[in-house]
Amino acid sequence: MIGRFDWTGVIEFLPEILKGLYYTLLISIVGLVIGFALGAVFGLGRVSKNKFAYAISTVYIEIIRGTPVLVQAIWIFYALPLIIHYTLDSVVAGIIVIAVNSGAYIAEIVRGAVDSIAKGQMEAGRSLGLNQRQTMQHIIWPQALKRMIPPLGNQFIISIKDTSLLSVILVPELIFQGRLIAANHFNAVEIYTTVAIFYLAITLTLSLILRFVERRLNVQ
Amino acid sequence: MIHVENLCKKFGDLEVLKGINCHIHPQEVVCVIGPSGSGKSTFLRCLNMLETMTSGEIVIDGDHLSDPKTDINAVRTEVGMVFQQFNLFPHKSVVENVMLAPKLVRKLDKGEARKRALALLEKVGISEKADSYPEQLSGGQQQRVAIARSLAMEPKMMLFDEPTSALDPELVGEVLEVMKQLAHEGMTMVVVTHEMGFAREVGDRVLFMDGGIIEEEGDPEQIFKAPKSERTKAFLNKIL
Repeated sequence: MIGRFDWTGVIEFLPEILKGLYYTLLISIVGLVIGFALGAVFGLGRVSKNKFAYAISTVYIEIIRGTPVLVQAIWIFYALPLIIHYTLDSVVAGIIVIAVNSGAYIAEIVRGAVDSIAKGQMEAGRSLGLNQRQTMQHIIWPQALKRMIPPLGNQFIISIKDTSLLSVILVPELIFQGRLIAANHFNAVEIYTTVAIFYLAITLTLSLILRFVERRLNVQ
Repeated sequence: MIHVENLCKKFGDLEVLKGINCHIHPQEVVCVIGPSGSGKSTFLRCLNMLETMTSGEIVIDGDHLSDPKTDINAVRTEVGMVFQQFNLFPHKSVVENVMLAPKLVRKLDKGEARKRALALLEKVGISEKADSYPEQLSGGQQQRVAIARSLAMEPKMMLFDEPTSALDPELVGEVLEVMKQLAHEGMTMVVVTHEMGFAREVGDRVLFMDGGIIEEEGDPEQIFKAPKSERTKAFLNKIL
């Protein structure tokens, strides 16, 4: 049975698979950088005393967490252009999906981490005459950031895997490329196994990086 | 220096402070004693607006705390606070803990801030730990760092919220010693404490609080030897 699979044939399609890898990485990295920024802003909104900031953040988080990524991707690529009368490039749409989606989950990670820093830290800062922003920036945020790293790693891995759903909006990422090749050359086992290994390689690399960062920051 | 008039504080329906009146003079050391739940800590926390008063007035060195135009951050730079749980910044070294506020608020450059911090750590007897992190210190050492951190802002007065209550008994002395030294140097101090020996020896005046009011106040000798109020008597009988 094993003999029927032609693994050497994979080499032939490697350039196309690598193109897919490129888009998967591009969308993951750009999407998550923007997602982290969104998460920081809306996470701080969730801990803010400002009712408007709190309300906006809560609505954003609930809408995104309450709908599937697949639906978000299809909505942004096929429905949004009809509203704004502007056709989005599928890669741009993909980055938006990953950024907006991960941003909502990261916001909750930020909120949880900031909330977990003892109230006494804020009081100590304020009693020294630091204002709210200074206390946040110099005392609360650095401590919260350390605690965010393990759940952030989790979210990054989930979002990287979610990029595979972007194949439905025609982003030429890993699994989209894989399906294209497999459909034309009837080598599903070889191609899809290769694609799976690529995803695993990305997430394992990320895990290693995070473990290193954690050790550096001495997270307990 | 501190004037408190008819200070009331409610948490929801719970009335914690029911009309506190008191005047604290420059260089005075006032010890606040009383059973738990009597409102001692809340009273202290109202003095630097960690709690917002419900009604009444507090005047700190001429600044009216009930006035929304008062810059609370500026007032706080003049009023140091030491907490029961120390609340040192765990991500910063001892000397960085002490340098932070002078750098950010007083705009001292790094060199000046460090010089000031090291001098204060010397004063509280802990300069050899300047580059350690708070978690590497004993409770007594942490609390002395917290006092140095407060002093680095050169406050006009200091508030102490049960500064020795979280310490192992053998570490209480070293913290009280630093506080005693401060008192002798003429620092205005308000100390919520269960250390009756300290109140008696160092305090210029003792306030006994119970049920959200100042039940009795006076000279420490008089309060401890001949309390007038029945509740003061009952409290002192239980703890002495």
